[in-house]
Amino acid sequence: MPTKTVERPSAALDEQTLLAMFWTMLLSRRLDERAWMLHRQGKIAFHISGMGHEAAQVAAAFALNRGVDYVHPYYRDLALVLALGVTPTDFMMSLFGKKNEYSSNAKQMPSHFSHKPAHILSHSSPVATQVPQAAGVAFAIKYQQQLGLADPDDATQPRLVLTSLGEGSTSQGEWHEGMNWAGVHKLPFICLVENNLYAISVRVEEQMAVSNVADRAGAYGVFGIFADGNDILAMYDAMHAAVQRAYTGEGPTLIEAKTYRPVPHSSDDDDRSYRSREEVEEWKQKDPIMRFNAYLMGKGILTQSLLDEYEAQAKKEINAAQGAAESAPDPDPEETLSPVYAPLEAN
Amino acid sequence: MPVMTLIEAVTQAMDEELARDPRVFIVGEDVGARGGVFRATMGLHAKYGSERVVDSPLAELSIVAIGIGAALADLRPICEIQFADFIHPAFNQIVNEAAKMYYRSGEQWNVPMVIRAPYGGGISGALYHSQSVEAFFTHVPGLKVVIPSTPQDAKGLLKSAVRDPNPVLFFEPKKGYRAIKGDVPEGEYTIPIGPARVARSGRDLSVFAYGMMAHYTTIAAEKVAREDGIDAEVIDLRTLLPVDKGAILESVRKTGKALVVHEDTFTMGYGAEVAAIIADEGFNYMDAPVKRLAGPDVPAMPYSHSMQEFFMPNPDKIAAAIRDLAAY
Repeated sequence: MPTKTVERPSAALDEQTLLAMFWTMLLSRRLDERAWMLHRQGKIAFHISGMGHEAAQVAAAFALNRGVDYVHPYYRDLALVLALGVTPTDFMMSLFGKKNEYSSNAKQMPSHFSHKPAHILSHSSPVATQVPQAAGVAFAIKYQQQLGLADPDDATQPRLVLTSLGEGSTSQGEWHEGMNWAGVHKLPFICLVENNLYAISVRVEEQMAVSNVADRAGAYGVFGIFADGNDILAMYDAMHAAVQRAYTGEGPTLIEAKTYRPVPHSSDDDDRSYRSREEVEEWKQKDPIMRFNAYLMGKGILTQSLLDEYEAQAKKEINAAQGAAESAPDPDPEETLSPVYAPLEAN
Repeated sequence: MPVMTLIEAVTQAMDEELARDPRVFIVGEDVGARGGVFRATMGLHAKYGSERVVDSPLAELSIVAIGIGAALADLRPICEIQFADFIHPAFNQIVNEAAKMYYRSGEQWNVPMVIRAPYGGGISGALYHSQSVEAFFTHVPGLKVVIPSTPQDAKGLLKSAVRDPNPVLFFEPKKGYRAIKGDVPEGEYTIPIGPARVARSGRDLSVFAYGMMAHYTTIAAEKVAREDGIDAEVIDLRTLLPVDKGAILESVRKTGKALVVHEDTFTMGYGAEVAAIIADEGFNYMDAPVKRLAGPDVPAMPYSHSMQEFFMPNPDKIAAAIRDLAAY
């Protein structure tokens, strides 16, 4: 199944777009690093990292109609949501749990994304719950088009849903049920599996008996493909094909990004107990940002001075975001009692 | 007013809501050409097509999750779980997802969804076609839980549920689907989710019930009035969450005695909350301890007729409980 050759639409990306992609990856990495630092300083209670996954996530976002198509992400998707319009200040407000935090008004742990203006749906902590819901979103898109409530060619309306999760989460029944619906109803649905080889400490070989998550796609009538998740252009090509399939009614796609998490699962994890430092070092040599940096430098698209500029800009934005979050007020304690039910007028 | 069965009222409510709003659709097992195993969606597939009356794969979690996703994307799903007993695989989606969505997203996303399920025993359904599951869900802020006992309420409350911007669990007493008949007003009407209904006004004691037990309690109340001269007030709670505290307290203020009846098992059942409300806020009105008549604390209702009848409260058992309380 995952042997079909994809064309290389990434070759058509202009320099400005390539640089925007690089910038998003870099910003995400620096923001992520700052979050780890803030945790080690005891300033925040929790961080869960997206490091190492930036290429897969940014490629996914840039292949979509960003901010219009629905995205139902998971907790590791910092770079993805930054590409969709979440800001460093938004993220910092989450880390610090401040009043009017963008995703949940500081109800949820950080990195439990939700941003309605960008069509980012809200997810929880139990894994894979978003997958059958995403199939429901895709069902709604198709339903609205079939009933004439939406025009399938109207790019101002959502035309697909992207959902994402880790490879370990595909062991959940919810993943199976969502994939099955996507296949049965031939939905405009893309499932991005960010396979970083570990579900906290449990290796992929203990999750599944097949070599690739993508191998399972055929059983659902879903087109399955895997790609080097640390190669942003390969990921873009795979995503582009999936998006075209969704837009043209060809049905759902499973994309497996082969990647790695070079840091512990979360700020509460210590990965030294379950994997060697040599393995981690080896993967750091395949870092997606390093690779894209080298590629862009080689093409003369990125220069050292531009890179310095980006680094300075990232630092400036992150400092400002941290400052804004640190000085923002906490929620009023009584906001614990904020509405549980939408008012009847909401319908 | 035309007389119809409870299930006919359910079907009519869905038919009217499908006709009213193109965003409304039905999803569940066998809801299409088969019209549902109880025939609640009878004729709707032929009328509205397979796009809007959708046979799901045999997987309850996905029925609910598809509903949640569709609701987030502005549809108005009516999810059917074939038997309430089969709702448990979807528990995570209902409790962790649908119920928490509005709160957890800082009021950005809400889930306008109805989950219908036939519940309760008395039909030789044994352990897995007889369960009353309401207490699992009435513990969950963010859900609304509705259980009608008359055709009029079934129709009006289901229409309100479809129009509610929140997830509503709508449990239908399957034993009453055809056994309960009643007047249903002609034309468009809704009944608000929330308020309880005084099914029979009385002075001597209050009986709180819902669903099939509200129906049986009304029969029992007439019986004790006739045979014993006991004037029981029957409150059909009909919306269990949010609970209508005002109606409960108003009734016991008048009568000073309370009996709660449900066929769900006794311990931690819905009756415990009604009793707690009365103990907490109605203590001064009371002339007797709050009594509960409920199913026994066994895993679920057995198959054999003799054991099924032992498990289920019925009008005679309710009448006996009323007499005991009246004599206190």
